[in-house]
Amino acid sequence: MGEFVLPKLGADMSRGRLVEWVKKPGERVARGEVIAVIETDKANVEVEAYDSGTLEKILVAPGSEWLPVGTPLAVIGGEEVQSAPAPEVPRAPPTLPVSAPRDSPPAPAPRAPARAPEAPRPPVRPREAPRAAPAPRAAEGARLHVSPAARRRAQALGVDIATVRGSGPDGRIVLEDVEAAARGASLAAPVPAADKRTRMREAIAAAMARSKREIPHYYLATTIDLGRALAWLASYNAARPVTERMLYGVLLLKAVALALRQVPELNGFWIEGHAQVSEAVHLGVAISLRGGGLVAPALHDADKLALPELMTRLQDLVTRARASSLRSSEMTDATITVTSLGERGVEAVYGVIYPPQVALVGFGKVVTRPWAVDGAVRPREVVTATLSGDHRASDGHRGGIFLDALDRLLQEPENL
Amino acid sequence: MAKLTYREAVRAAMREAMAADPRVFLMGEDVGLHGGAFAVSMGLFEEFGPERIRDTPLMESTFVGAGIGAAVGGMRPIVEVMTINFSLLALDQIVNTAAALRHMSGGQLSVPLVVRMASGGGRGLAAQHSHSLEGWYAHVPGIKVATPATVADAKGLLLAALADPDPVLVFEHATLYPMEGEDADDTPMTLGRAAVRRAGDDVTIIAYGGSLPKALAAADALAAEEIAAEVLDLRTLRPLDVEAIVASVAKTHHAVVVDEMWRTGSFAGEIAAIIMERAFDELDAPVARVASAEVPMPYSKPLEDAALPSAEKIVAAARRLFS
Repeated sequence: MGEFVLPKLGADMSRGRLVEWVKKPGERVARGEVIAVIETDKANVEVEAYDSGTLEKILVAPGSEWLPVGTPLAVIGGEEVQSAPAPEVPRAPPTLPVSAPRDSPPAPAPRAPARAPEAPRPPVRPREAPRAAPAPRAAEGARLHVSPAARRRAQALGVDIATVRGSGPDGRIVLEDVEAAARGASLAAPVPAADKRTRMREAIAAAMARSKREIPHYYLATTIDLGRALAWLASYNAARPVTERMLYGVLLLKAVALALRQVPELNGFWIEGHAQVSEAVHLGVAISLRGGGLVAPALHDADKLALPELMTRLQDLVTRARASSLRSSEMTDATITVTSLGERGVEAVYGVIYPPQVALVGFGKVVTRPWAVDGAVRPREVVTATLSGDHRASDGHRGGIFLDALDRLLQEPENL
Repeated sequence: MAKLTYREAVRAAMREAMAADPRVFLMGEDVGLHGGAFAVSMGLFEEFGPERIRDTPLMESTFVGAGIGAAVGGMRPIVEVMTINFSLLALDQIVNTAAALRHMSGGQLSVPLVVRMASGGGRGLAAQHSHSLEGWYAHVPGIKVATPATVADAKGLLLAALADPDPVLVFEHATLYPMEGEDADDTPMTLGRAAVRRAGDDVTIIAYGGSLPKALAAADALAAEEIAAEVLDLRTLRPLDVEAIVASVAKTHHAVVVDEMWRTGSFAGEIAAIIMERAFDELDAPVARVASAEVPMPYSKPLEDAALPSAEKIVAAARRLFS
């Protein structure tokens, strides 16, 4: 028996709204299957189940209010529940619109707020404990758990304790939470309703401000001769129908993914003062949205995909990002972000790292420049590749090795 | 400052006191020719002779009573009781007589008695030699309780005890005897002053006696997790330095109390209550206690280790305050 809680789909997500239940009560749910659609400040996301089991009970009806991350949305029964239904677990009374069975009154209110269980998650999802998975706010009428020191500080700072979310053991509101709330950084504080574009800006603002506040960025750039890669691509595409043709961006993505294998410390996360290198390479691809703003969903295992497959996945990802139908694993799994502003004529992009990732790779426009080739100056098509690195997780020397590897990989496009 | 062991520091204090004051003498089981069960008085018999280093029968009630009589009569006796467990045979003398005489006599009598004893577990000596009952004695008004945890304190607090006009019990944690450290300087020590042995901002680890080295090791381990622990050594349980406890908790807002007594009724419980009374609004988490398991001390080494507080248990308790 587990609670299905509103997941945190990225550093910039603090709340969400339940749009639709894809599964109905009583239906079987497999881990990784889409169970519901959630609206975040940035997009509608198809959320996948963390566990297999039976969707026993839906706690939040579609079209809900904005709910803080960690709010229980449904109860999912374990495998054994099918043969022997477990007794109702005491839980906090719902504060939210609930589509509970009409004949069963809400369970009696326990004193403690229900605690979000540590749900097993997709293995690569960065664990941002404890702040990222806070306990839900105390239900109405339930006693708020506040440390004495936090209570006194709240009084001194004029913070309404009911608006603060606790990050301490069992969701207790501790000193740090009150101080964060006073700094205006409390994610739980009610955000005035705003239109989608404003909310998107707020989400980006939160993530990017955190990045620049916490991450000591370093920046490197190198200009890469794309002559061979583009020639190879032209001959590849010439032999194929339009639907099977590839964009040069796919070569860049694959080369980034392969170069990361040589400098793995750029691929992963920085969490609670420690580097977490990811073995899997999931490229977050920055996609600008038509209404403004951007998302950077993950292309899973990009280093292992053949180029045509990567092309198909990329097209699918872009289409779905713009249609606002991304899946939750795509929102959370990216281990590094790749961005390109080449289409807009920009020659070099020095990006802001998306926390808790530790690096961002940027590509500018492909331009024709006079270039020394075999001792003679010739016009060549070149691109400026940049690396923004988190200096806590890697050093410029290693970043340089990465850009060098990227360059060499792009000189042998047939091996990508 | 010269290095010496805790055992040598206790011996040095006794030697110094006996050299300075002819009223001071030592008595107890095997303290003379044998040099004491823990070799603390080794050599003193040869140096000071049988008049001042006196072997007693195996009869705690009698020789502690004799010490009280000598103290009332004007001497400055040091009575060594082999272990804290055996001191229970002298509990009547200590609680009903030594602690009470000044009050019952309207201040006409004083009992300048020092009783030293080994306390604590960790040496594979099972349930009749290994307990920590110092908190029982700290319960009793009229006596003072010192629990030196460092080499300097082993000497300095014993000298302070001898200078005190009232009965003082000194608990020497037996695992500390071979520990080396700096000698005390010549500044007289005062009973009732705690000491910050390591400064930190995140959590206060309160310890005394044999638990201090464990608390310091735990603070090292916590530092690696970026939890800065302050280690407060109580040094005496009565009088207790309440202000030092409050000041540290007011700084860190978190407290772990380490105590080798059994958890139920432990001295750690008293500390936790004082923090609640005096520093409630400073607390960011409940006070945590690390105490001994509620069993008579096992003889088996692995079981004894499991029963006693350890650095690992202190680290775990501190961690739980934050997540």
